[in-house]
Amino acid sequence: MAGIAVSTTINGDTIEYLCQPDETLLDVLRDRLGLTGAKEGCGTGDCGACSIILDNRLVCSCLVLGAEAEGRRIETVEGMAHGDQLHTLQQKFLEHAALQCGICTPGFLIAAKDLLAKNPDPTEEEIRFGLAGNLCRCTGYDKIVRAVQDAAIVMKGA
Amino acid sequence: MNFDPRFSGRKFASVGTRPIRPDGVDKVTGRARYGADFNMAGQLVGRVLRSPHAHAKIRKIDISKAEKLAGVKAVITAKDLPDLTDGDAAMYDILDNCMARTKALYDGHAVAAVAAIDARTARQALKLIEVDYEILPHVTDVDEAMQHHAPLINDTIFTEGLEEKPVKPSNVTKRSQFGHGDVHQGFGHADFIVERSFKTEQTHQGYIEPHACVASVSSDGTADLWVCTQGHFVYRQHCAQLLGMEASKLRVTSSEIGGGFGGKTHVWAEPVALALSRKAGRPVKLVMTRDEVFRASGPTSATSIDVKIGARKDGTITAAEATLRYSAGPYAGSWAEIGAMTAFACYKLDNVKTVGYEVLVNRPKTAAYRAPSAPMAAFAVESAVDELAKELGMDPVDFRIKNAAQEGTRSSYGPVYGPIGIGPTLEAVKNHPHMKAPLKKNQGRGMACGFWFNFGGQTCTDLNIGMDGSVSLAVGTVDVGGSRASLSLVAAEELGIAYEHVKAIVADTSSLGYNDMTDGSRGTFSSSMATISAARNAIRILRERAAQMWDISVDDVVWEQGHAVAKGEKHGNLGRLSLKEIAAESGKTGGPIAGHSELVADGAGVSFATHICDIEVDPETGSTRVIRYTVVQDAGKAVHPTYVEGQYQGGAAQGIGWALNEEYIYGKDGRLQNAGFLDYRIPVCSDLPMIDTQILEIPNPNHPYGVRGVGETSIVPPLAAIANAVSNAAGVRMTHIPMSPPRILAAIEAERGG
Ligand code: FES
Ligand code: FES
Repeated sequence: MAGIAVSTTINGDTIEYLCQPDETLLDVLRDRLGLTGAKEGCGTGDCGACSIILDNRLVCSCLVLGAEAEGRRIETVEGMAHGDQLHTLQQKFLEHAALQCGICTPGFLIAAKDLLAKNPDPTEEEIRFGLAGNLCRCTGYDKIVRAVQDAAIVMKGA
Repeated sequence: MNFDPRFSGRKFASVGTRPIRPDGVDKVTGRARYGADFNMAGQLVGRVLRSPHAHAKIRKIDISKAEKLAGVKAVITAKDLPDLTDGDAAMYDILDNCMARTKALYDGHAVAAVAAIDARTARQALKLIEVDYEILPHVTDVDEAMQHHAPLINDTIFTEGLEEKPVKPSNVTKRSQFGHGDVHQGFGHADFIVERSFKTEQTHQGYIEPHACVASVSSDGTADLWVCTQGHFVYRQHCAQLLGMEASKLRVTSSEIGGGFGGKTHVWAEPVALALSRKAGRPVKLVMTRDEVFRASGPTSATSIDVKIGARKDGTITAAEATLRYSAGPYAGSWAEIGAMTAFACYKLDNVKTVGYEVLVNRPKTAAYRAPSAPMAAFAVESAVDELAKELGMDPVDFRIKNAAQEGTRSSYGPVYGPIGIGPTLEAVKNHPHMKAPLKKNQGRGMACGFWFNFGGQTCTDLNIGMDGSVSLAVGTVDVGGSRASLSLVAAEELGIAYEHVKAIVADTSSLGYNDMTDGSRGTFSSSMATISAARNAIRILRERAAQMWDISVDDVVWEQGHAVAKGEKHGNLGRLSLKEIAAESGKTGGPIAGHSELVADGAGVSFATHICDIEVDPETGSTRVIRYTVVQDAGKAVHPTYVEGQYQGGAAQGIGWALNEEYIYGKDGRLQNAGFLDYRIPVCSDLPMIDTQILEIPNPNHPYGVRGVGETSIVPPLAAIANAVSNAAGVRMTHIPMSPPRILAAIEAERGG
């Protein structure tokens, strides 16, 4: 089967790849481009571990085809830090121990980034509903919510 | 190693602080490598064909068409694996679960596997494998499987533990009994007796990372395995034994692990990946889908439990009895036995008896799930205890305090307790503001206690001091939730240096001696013990080197706050040598400085917790909402308190899911109907409130700092605490977990109707 040629922007860089028509964007990122920050927890859109931002929209990359990325702008967890300067959310996740195993963390960071971009001053409830598409089995979410609250305060002040 | 009383009043420098974990940055930048994040040159994609039937004889498997498909490099069935039929029964079962030999025993049971150049080819190849099944009658319910007419799952199983050896095979693998005293007499002295039956449904550990591994077997018989596991040394042992390899030729590296909770203590796909790689002569990556994770890995037991407890008017329990039936999947384990041991462990009882029956069913093999078997027993017992308190007109906390086990109590499962935390957690709950907070309409409060044994086990640790004075700590217990941080703190504490100068890693199986898995809440407990011992061995060498540098006797050198100090009048002007200064000279004073430790970490102190929760029930729909939740648990000594809190919160959240939502649903056809996160719904962020924690520290006498394991106990009380809260809110006793809206509604309606 012939591959489809795709040209897209990932974390600010122009990237070109060939993919199969039935290949998910998650598979492309992980298996073709070596961007394994996005994780596959389910492959069916239920866990959010594969979250990325596609043209300013939070999506599950397991539900997007690699071919659909043509001409679009993709942000993944690998693009959150600036050089060795962590994003505030990343720093706050570390300080609050908002991760135990950490498999859900890339998805939560991306979802939280999207949430704060749209709502810089969310209530606890808004955070909880905003992150309800991401599953974490380890933390009970308490420290994740606190990390996002703390990051929101810092980011507003910045 | 005994608790060092010097530490009880001691001010710790590092232990008890909350630094950022050493593996943290990699985990927030996406750089950390989990099971599926690793690749090898020339690697193939492995996939497994699974039985769609709950119980079927495998007459024939034709793999010829699959083998001919372009791009397929290997196809295997049980025939390609060693036949252990006449060998070790436990090993036979493990291998049979990895790949069915004669019968498919559950929906999802592996029957064949392929390795191909890509996922699409592998999927196509699976479709070309022809399996000729003879469908057999099945049974998935634990009570039904105990009936005489139930389909027999394994005709070589005769119930163990009966007075007379049975003549007929049975689905009941084992009867286990624990207790002491005379319950019959005890109930005779009771003024009030509560007797009830309970059921809990099967749940999955629900780790977000599916099982994943990359196996590479070379033609010279050596092999590498990269895998997400809670115990790479155990995986090595099992894989080598199952495949007839020498253990030392198989190097297993544990990846970062995306959750395990007991589910990654058993091999599933790893022997299959190794066998595929051996046959194909290339590395094979095998990653389960979520559907496979639900159908073929995990889950915990479904149970059916009868409890009877009697008490005098003054609130003294006179007798307690329970019969506990636990499903095991199609292979024998010891799940009911553990349930029977833990059921009444919180209480001081003169007359107690528990009987466990472990039952085979056509469901996936039961795997450990965080304090395995204890939550269900606690649900039944703590529900009955609550009801009894109500009948007595006593406050449920006071009733429990009156009957709580203490130091010196003979536990219901045998041993006599040392210093324990059940009383203190209850007192803390009694005084907690949560207990006094007002409740609104349709809200109910519940509380419950929980117990877990904790485990120590074989542990081996290396501590190497670099010439720049920094320290590499290599441990063999997989880090499931921050233990590299806590173990670095312990090394820093012992050596008297800053946390930042210690870097902990999890070493592979060829770099370190054998370690048991990270289970039984042993990670920080056992590896901290080994780290302390390794550090003390290193300190002995550091003192020797300092003595050499000063040219004095080692007996005159002591170790204080990261420095060698010369003691005695005559050495008054020698000053101090820092660890860094000694390390810098090590090349001239005898070479590298290291400390090693190999030990069996005996004496993991038992652990207790008491939880409080408030639930709101909508009487019209039966839906529930957790309003407030508090965990109080004894940690012995919290090494990194933030991660201890995390364990408390995580266990509580899993318990909330189990209590209210999660269950395996089987159809009449014996097939699992909800093998995905959409229909098997674990709690999401918007389902939960903040989870308050209170850490108590009752030192474990068997650990130098008093540490106890903390990982598992937090899942024991929630089922009962929530059931008590829902029962109080709805005005009807809930006896079936999960308390999903239809079950609650049915209970409310039955109560109204009755
Ligand atoms: S992997 Fe995409 S939502 Fe779970
Ligand atoms: S930290 Fe493990 S799933 Fe969230």
